[in-house]
Order: sequence, then structure tokens, then C-alpha cells
Amino acid sequence: MDYYKTNIDQLHADLVAGKITSADLTADTFKAIAAKDGEVQAFLALNQEAATASAANQDDQGIDADATLAGIPVAIKDNIVTKDLTTTAASKMLANFVPIYDATVIERLQQAGMIVVGKTNMDEFAMGSSTENSAMKITKNAWDHTKVPGGSSGGSAAAVAAGEVLVALGSDTGGSIRQPAAFNGVVGFKPTYGRVSRWGLIAFGSSLDAIGTLTRNVRDSAHVMNAIIGADEHDTTTVPRPQEDLGAKIGQSVQGMKIALPKEYLGKGVDAGVRAQIEAAADQFRAMGATVETVSLPHTQYAVPTYYIIASSEASSNLQRFDGIRYGFRAKDVQSLDSVYVRSRSEGFGDEVKRRIMLGTFSLSAGFYDAYFKKAAQVRTLISRDFENVFKEYDLVMGPTTPTTAFGIGAKVTDPLTMYMNDILTIPVNLAGLPAASVNAGFVDGMPVGLQLIGKAFDEATIYQAAAAFEDANDYKDQTPGGQN
Amino acid sequence: MITKESVAHVAELAKLQFTDEELQHFTGQLDEILNMVDQLSEVDTEGVPVTTQNVVLENVLRADEATMVTPRDELMRNVPTEKDGLIQVPAIIDKEED
Repeated sequence: MDYYKTNIDQLHADLVAGKITSADLTADTFKAIAAKDGEVQAFLALNQEAATASAANQDDQGIDADATLAGIPVAIKDNIVTKDLTTTAASKMLANFVPIYDATVIERLQQAGMIVVGKTNMDEFAMGSSTENSAMKITKNAWDHTKVPGGSSGGSAAAVAAGEVLVALGSDTGGSIRQPAAFNGVVGFKPTYGRVSRWGLIAFGSSLDAIGTLTRNVRDSAHVMNAIIGADEHDTTTVPRPQEDLGAKIGQSVQGMKIALPKEYLGKGVDAGVRAQIEAAADQFRAMGATVETVSLPHTQYAVPTYYIIASSEASSNLQRFDGIRYGFRAKDVQSLDSVYVRSRSEGFGDEVKRRIMLGTFSLSAGFYDAYFKKAAQVRTLISRDFENVFKEYDLVMGPTTPTTAFGIGAKVTDPLTMYMNDILTIPVNLAGLPAASVNAGFVDGMPVGLQLIGKAFDEATIYQAAAAFEDANDYKDQTPGGQN
Repeated sequence: MITKESVAHVAELAKLQFTDEELQHFTGQLDEILNMVDQLSEVDTEGVPVTTQNVVLENVLRADEATMVTPRDELMRNVPTEKDGLIQVPAIIDKEED
């Protein structure tokens, strides 16, 4: 089995026909991880025993022809809780944390018959854009091991790109699925806020967090998203909707589709090579019969400061729960209750997490709330209105996912502000709660470029339609790290 | 310009402690971040409502029915130290205040 040469539909057909078994597939997946992960370092924990047992169970039951995902292995970002499988959020704070329940998305994947093979590395508590903020290990970009895999879902993206697994889940608060997908040349999908339950996702910025997929191709993404969407009684922000197939329009032509290309997304700070690939993508959409026109999202430049105030404020509140009492890291030799809190938090959290807690606490504190939190929440409204205006006339927004291709390990980690600016093209989507994908749009100096496609709320189907048309018109997904194939 | 003293105050609110050197370092970094954030002051937000969430739902209710919850032993599984089935913590009340 070679994950570079297959996809979910193919594996499913082979499983149903009895050409392969889930047990073999799962064993092969662990072999691929053993062969490649020593270098890539994408995984934090493997679930070999339980995965082997559930694969055997799937084989015994027989793979149903309607159960597209049954028997297929999946990797999970380590901020999504998995019952009995250590879940750390890549933090010393949770180094020994063993969840007593499964996240809703895990229940749903297991219901669909997927096999959870392990947990992937990330920036601590999903705070970062390079996975270098992990307290556990440094994950490498699958294409160039001297470069970062992006973040915060860097482990999930690198594992998929390296061919260790076909599919992984990630989470996206300000670009944490799309940016590592772009850096690793894979498909990253962030659904509309409210589409997927956040129950069991370790909270970072609760009004922004979304769980989505990292896959090698667009169709695989739609298959997995279809399994995890839908209202959940445990997350009252999930929106009840009739059953939908997000991939329903895959295969339809983009003839007549109206696509907006914001001028701010190709402006200052966007690398010339990246811009050229995105302009080429725009021409391809035109050649396929779509209209692509330049528009303006005038508040784009304010997205980064707005996001860092809102996300950090929410994080400072969410992370209050880590107090060293009921679970998580507790400092040794503490004499008073207050010092349990202070020392456990000071020793358990890494620097970037502390920085965000501090920024958030400051923004919400007496005397600064109006000037910081309230101001940011107002600018957030303006950023959402920019999209509403464009979506009155267009079906989709396109642009680069990131201003540059993957940067070097160590290049930005000491300079938080430069790191934050890297998220400027992905953050507006989270602030507005919209769905978006990143698909491979070719290469600059051998490193993948991400094309971002942003849709109207709950119109994931149009993103998948355009993404599949673009993917089919190119051979990018057949190019793999190390030039195999 | 944020001062070291105000950063120390915020740290106290956030239940974090820093060495003097760390405090110096964080003050510099937070100052840079706040300078970036100050760009927002140039945006006219007169009369603009705040957005704190993007979901249109209101008052999501569930039926008021008793259900089984997680058993106590399970809930205690990740407790750092316990004694007689209770979570053990250092003394909460100072001896002098007894």
C-alpha cells in the first residue's frame, strides 16, 4: 500500500471487494509511520493496539458498500480528546492527560468505521504557525526537512504529505489547518463555524475554533467532512440543518461561477512567486468558464491585530481551567493553594501560551477593555461586512493561503510579531466564521503554494466544486515529496 | 508604552509569575504587539456593533431530563493527588487565620 497512489474511493472499493483488509491497511499505516516518522516527527502518540483491534473488528463485520470510510485509518491532532489515548495539546500542562471521553468528531469517525492510528504534533494549545511551539518535538516539512510544516496543525499536515496516513483531522482558529496544508502541498478544509461540533476540542478561541480535515485530495476531504458535520447536543453553537452532502457539486463545471480576487490578498508582503501561481490559478478558472474579478476587502489589514486581541482574550479565559487541581500538571513542593495555581501555570505553559494569556488578560482588564477588546470586536464586524458585500455579487473568494511558502525552522520563532503576520490571509475567514479550503497551486523553488478558496457561510459545496475542478485541471496532487511517482 | 509594572500586574491577574529577566523580555514583546494593535485606533467604529460570535442561534434549550453522567472513579482519573477519594490540595486557610 502506497498512500501516494490511492484515495478513499479506491481503498473503499478494494476493501468492499476483499482485495485488501482493514487489518492490512492499518498494519501498513504503522509501517509507513515507522519508516518515515523518525525524520518527519509528525506523531506524538500511536494507538497501535486499539487500532489493530478495531481494524480486525471492521474486517469481521465486513465492509459495507455504503460505509465509504469504514476500515480506513485516520490521524488526529492532539488537541482533540480521544478516550484512553493520551491527549496533550503538545503542552507540558497535559503531558500525562488521558481523556475519559471521545470528542464528538471522534465518535462520528468511529461510527463511520474509521481507525484512529495516533495523535499528531501541533503548536502548544494550537497557538502558533510553525509547530515550533510544541513542548514535545519539532516536526519537519514533508518537502524539505529544514523547513517548518506550518501550524498549528503541522503534525497532521506533515503526516498526510509524507504519506504516513491518507487523512488527518486538524483544528483552525486563525488558519491552523489551511496554512500547514499550504506549506505541505495538501488539501486543508475549514468548515463554517457551527458546522462541526467543538465538543472535545481543547478550547483556544471559542468563537473562532473549527475542526476540519487535511487530506491528499479534495474528494477525500469531502468524504471525511460529511462524516463529522451536524448538530450536537454537547455544542450549542452547532447549527441544526437538513442532512447534506458537502461534496454534492464535485465534478460539476465552474462555467459561469463568479469568483472574487481581493486586491489586498496579492498586495505588499505577498511573495512574487506565490502571486504568480495565484494569478495563474485565476487564469485557469477563467479558461474553465468562470469569471474572476478583482475586488476589495478594505479591512483586511486590520485582521491580524483584531484577531490577536479576540483570540487571546478568549484564550485567557479558556485557559483559566488549567489550575493544577483536578487534572494536568501540578508544580512540586507548593505550600499554598495560590502557589499551586501560579507555579503550575508558570511551569506548565510555554512562552507563546503565556504571551497570549497576558495579551488577553490585558485586553479584558479594567481600563483597557473598551480600547482593546471592544474595539477589536467592532472591527471584526467590519471585516465580516467586507465579505458580505463581496458575496452579494460573487460565489467564491480566491487568493493565496499564505504570503510565502514554508520558512526555515528557527527563522521566525523568536519574533512573535513576524510570525503573527504570516496569518494575515487566513485570519479574516475565522473572524467572519466562513468556510475555506487550501489546495495545492503549484510550487515556488520546489516548495508548495496554497490556493485559498473562501465560500459563503454553509456553502462548503461550492468550495469543493471549484477546488475539485482546479485539482482535476492540474497534476499537482500527483507530485510528492522526494519526487516519488 | 506598556510598563514593566503594568505587565507585572497583568501577570498577577493571570496567575502567572515571571523572573525579572522574563518580565523585561515579555514587556518588550507585549509592547511591540500592542503597538501593532494600536493600528485599530485609525478605524472609524462609531456606531458599529460588536461581533462576539457568528452563530445566529439563540437560547438553545434541552429537555430537562435526568441522565447518567460520568462515574466518579472516571472523573478522578487525571487528578494529580487524591486521598480517600477526594482531591488533595495544600492548606487553603493559613494557620494564623484558624
